[in-house]
Amino acid sequence: MSSREDWWYDEAAGPLVRPYAMVRGRTRPVTRELHLVTQVRAARQTQTADLTSLNVEHRELLEVCRKPLSVAEVAAYLDVPLIVVKVLLSDLIERGDVIVQDVSRISEIPDRDLLQAVLDGVRGI
Amino acid sequence: MVFVASDDALTVPTAVKIVIAGGFGTGKTTMVGSVSEIPPLRTEELLTEAGVHVDDLAGIEGKETTTVALDFGRITISPQIVLYLFGTPGQNRFWFMWDELAHGAIGAVVLVDTRRLDASFPSIDFFEHRRIPFVVAVNCFDGAQAYTVDEVRGALDLDPAIPVVLCDARDRESSKSTLIGLIRHSMSRLEHAAR
Ligand SMILES: Nc1nc2c(ncn2[C@@H]2O[C@H](COP(=O)(O)OP(=O)(O)OP(=O)(O)O)[C@@H](O)[C@H]2O)c(=O)[nH]1
Ligand SMILES: [Mg+2]
Repeated sequence: MSSREDWWYDEAAGPLVRPYAMVRGRTRPVTRELHLVTQVRAARQTQTADLTSLNVEHRELLEVCRKPLSVAEVAAYLDVPLIVVKVLLSDLIERGDVIVQDVSRISEIPDRDLLQAVLDGVRGI
Repeated sequence: MVFVASDDALTVPTAVKIVIAGGFGTGKTTMVGSVSEIPPLRTEELLTEAGVHVDDLAGIEGKETTTVALDFGRITISPQIVLYLFGTPGQNRFWFMWDELAHGAIGAVVLVDTRRLDASFPSIDFFEHRRIPFVVAVNCFDGAQAYTVDEVRGALDLDPAIPVVLCDARDRESSKSTLIGLIRHSMSRLEHAAR
């Protein structure tokens, strides 16, 4: 795989054209449930054959998502703006290559049991 | 390239977040870093020049854009729960970003520097108006604390129910106990609301 700099960064194109070019000028609306902390992960063992139909950006994203991560972490590790990661993730979710946290659990304010678990967890670090 | 899938390949953890807010230079990134299990990460959101959130890449080609950076950290509570800590952007003009950050959050820590109390007024107003649980943490710059908790509370004109604590954002234990104070406050708010 080429190094990140080869394809994520284009000196001449600058910060605007670069993300636009990265998603091939597509303007699809991103999947609505992708918030900053929404958890995503690669869905399954993806065969090399399946990967050939993906571009390098999608493939690196799948590589990063072998363990569950938030949308924000994926963006930080790939060093691209959030919107770009959301577009790429939307493609992969549609293909079934990435699974996403249950939408219904995202916008909710954490309930008592969840808060208690977080409290115990933070006390323990 | 081979992706190794484990038995739990079809599950993801539940994510929760806490917002670390406050005025410019009050120690937000420092606090995120002192409790995070990873060095703070940085991600960028794209904005048009007018400061409007870009949530679709349609039509932005050729337009001027700018970015707003977010610092965040992570605490893995268990295989099922992950806590994220997000520092708010220093510049107050990115209010839309605050909405996204506050959405579904456990609550917020508002850091204040007693030498510049007014720098944290907008943060306090934001969380008060949206009825999001928050605690005020007085970051003890220069070790010395010139004011008491009650003096700070008075100067900020805070509701008596809002906890005010002293902290040192560089210190892990101090930052930890500030987070614990916030989570407890959120729990009591929840119980209060249920009654
Ligand atoms: N003495 C002292 N210095 C601190 C403390 N917390 C942060 N600092 C210092 O204050 C400066 C600002 O801290 P940051 O964590 O970058 O503050 P911030 O709120 O993230 O700043 P912006 O993102 O620019 O608004 C840094 O040089 C820190 O090292 C503290 O508790 N005591
Ligand atoms: Mg900062």
